Amino acid sequence: MSTLDLTRCTAVQLAELLGTRTVSAREVAQAHLDRIAAVDGDIHAFLHVDAAGALAAADAVDADRAADRPLGPLAGVPLALKDVLTMRDVPTTCGSRILEGWRPPYDATVTRRLREAGIVILGKTNMDEFAMGSSTEHSAYGPTRNPWALDRIPGGSGGGSAAALAAFEAPLAIGTDTGGSIRQPAAVTGTVGVKPTYGAVSRYGLVALASSLDQAGPCARTVLDTAMLHQVIAGHDPMDSTSLTDPVPDVVAAAKSGDISGVRIGLVRELGGEGYQAGVQERFAEAVAVLERLGADVVEVSCPSFEHALAAYYLILPSEASSNLAKFDGIRYGLRVGDDGRRSVEEVMSLTREAGFGAEVKRRIMLGTYALSSGYYDAYYGSAQKVRTLIQRDFTAAFAQADVLISPTAPTTAFRLGEKLDDPLAMYLNDVATIPVNLAGNAAMSLPIGLAAEDGLPVGLQVIAPAMADDRLYRVGAALEQALYDRWGGLLIEEVPAR
Amino acid sequence: MPETAGAITREQVAHLGRLARLSLTEDELDRYSAQLADIVAAVARVTEVATPDVPATSHPMPLQNVFRDDVPRPCLSQEQALAGAPDAEDGRFRVPRILDEE
Repeated sequence: MSTLDLTRCTAVQLAELLGTRTVSAREVAQAHLDRIAAVDGDIHAFLHVDAAGALAAADAVDADRAADRPLGPLAGVPLALKDVLTMRDVPTTCGSRILEGWRPPYDATVTRRLREAGIVILGKTNMDEFAMGSSTEHSAYGPTRNPWALDRIPGGSGGGSAAALAAFEAPLAIGTDTGGSIRQPAAVTGTVGVKPTYGAVSRYGLVALASSLDQAGPCARTVLDTAMLHQVIAGHDPMDSTSLTDPVPDVVAAAKSGDISGVRIGLVRELGGEGYQAGVQERFAEAVAVLERLGADVVEVSCPSFEHALAAYYLILPSEASSNLAKFDGIRYGLRVGDDGRRSVEEVMSLTREAGFGAEVKRRIMLGTYALSSGYYDAYYGSAQKVRTLIQRDFTAAFAQADVLISPTAPTTAFRLGEKLDDPLAMYLNDVATIPVNLAGNAAMSLPIGLAAEDGLPVGLQVIAPAMADDRLYRVGAALEQALYDRWGGLLIEEVPAR
Repeated sequence: MPETAGAITREQVAHLGRLARLSLTEDELDRYSAQLADIVAAVARVTEVATPDVPATSHPMPLQNVFRDDVPRPCLSQEQALAGAPDAEDGRFRVPRILDEE
């Protein structure tokens, strides 16, 4: 196997090699650990690499295979886990100083499902602190760099997971998406990411940012790999009271079909045009033409309330976050500062939170505290919840005319590190096309559709489906991916600069 | 729209900091009063579109109360629960002084 670079294989290819015993899970894990050791100094996708744990998990898969015990389809395939999901006895920081050194005493349900499927967890990936950000620059442990251009952001908050895929450090990754934190990083790194329907994947052990918006989801370099991972992590969990009991749609069959003749695709008028980079608009228009050629019926739809989505989101999210992050009080876990035996518990809490939280987290905690405070609650939080209703109504009307909706995933390609760090509002605008989906709770995917002419950086297309119709994302995504593969003679990600 | 929308004073930021248990520095009070004012001005438009006839949505899925049987199950041991604590004593979390006395 000396000529085959295992890190360039898709998860499906690795599963085939493992299933035929052409390679061992240990060889696959070691190849990826070696790749991480070689390139992660430049990329900084990982906050923690669990080499010993990964090799032990790989050995267990190899032993099961040698004994002909039943194994899941992805057994032995490596994965990068976003550091917002707990993993027993492995550091989980959420990109924050306040959790530095904390080793959770339990696995998140997503982590447990991955382990049960025999998936080999390589380590924990970098992220904006508590998932607040669109660039991974708000990590307390330093930014992740975009493998396409090291002076560019990898998106956020899940920039570590997306960069790990794009740098061939892992074929699979887990992200979480509260306002676009899976989809925007996928778009700017030329990878695939899915935000499943709210409640489709358990939130147990996902350190909460905004509980009514957060959703964990699968990330990979191809649509089929993403579907295979989706199948592993989705499903009802009694440990999460908001977990849906509906059966998981057959996303793998949808990704293998890719037949979209007669599928009605809605172009969302409000998500495009002014404010979107020229190169993003060009690639998007080409992708629409491809979808039409594949037999889809493309119509324009209007969602007028989407223009208020960003405003509603930046009231709802900080409100829920300020409440969720109250648990970081220096008592039960994490950092404690200033406990000299004389200071009161309030003083110690205030000093701990001041020292342990970064600027963006403090900004949003205060914004949420403001929006929820007496005299402002009805006007701000109450109004934002009404906008949420209007956005749901827009989606309902749009899905009466179309089976899926599409838009550019993000208005621009990857911006430069530092470019928007001092301008929170400019940073927030990067999520303008992804946020409506979180507010309504339905499902969406981002997949690569080419490079922008002006900067040579990846552009993503967003496919949006109704709640519990996640399979439609994979059907449309697979069709578009195959057509672009045929045009380019390979995947876009193969164009990423070698390192 | 509340009368003070768009204007957030240094004193208000200090008050928010106290409510949120953040011991803010002088520099942060200056920076956050300007930034929060900009953000609030940008998001305040929601008050214009939310008319009284529109119901509020607090959660994306129409879930009702979720119940399960109250069955004893294994849980974290005392040792596990305390393992991440900054300070523990006699099998309990040790907290800083909670009453105003020496």
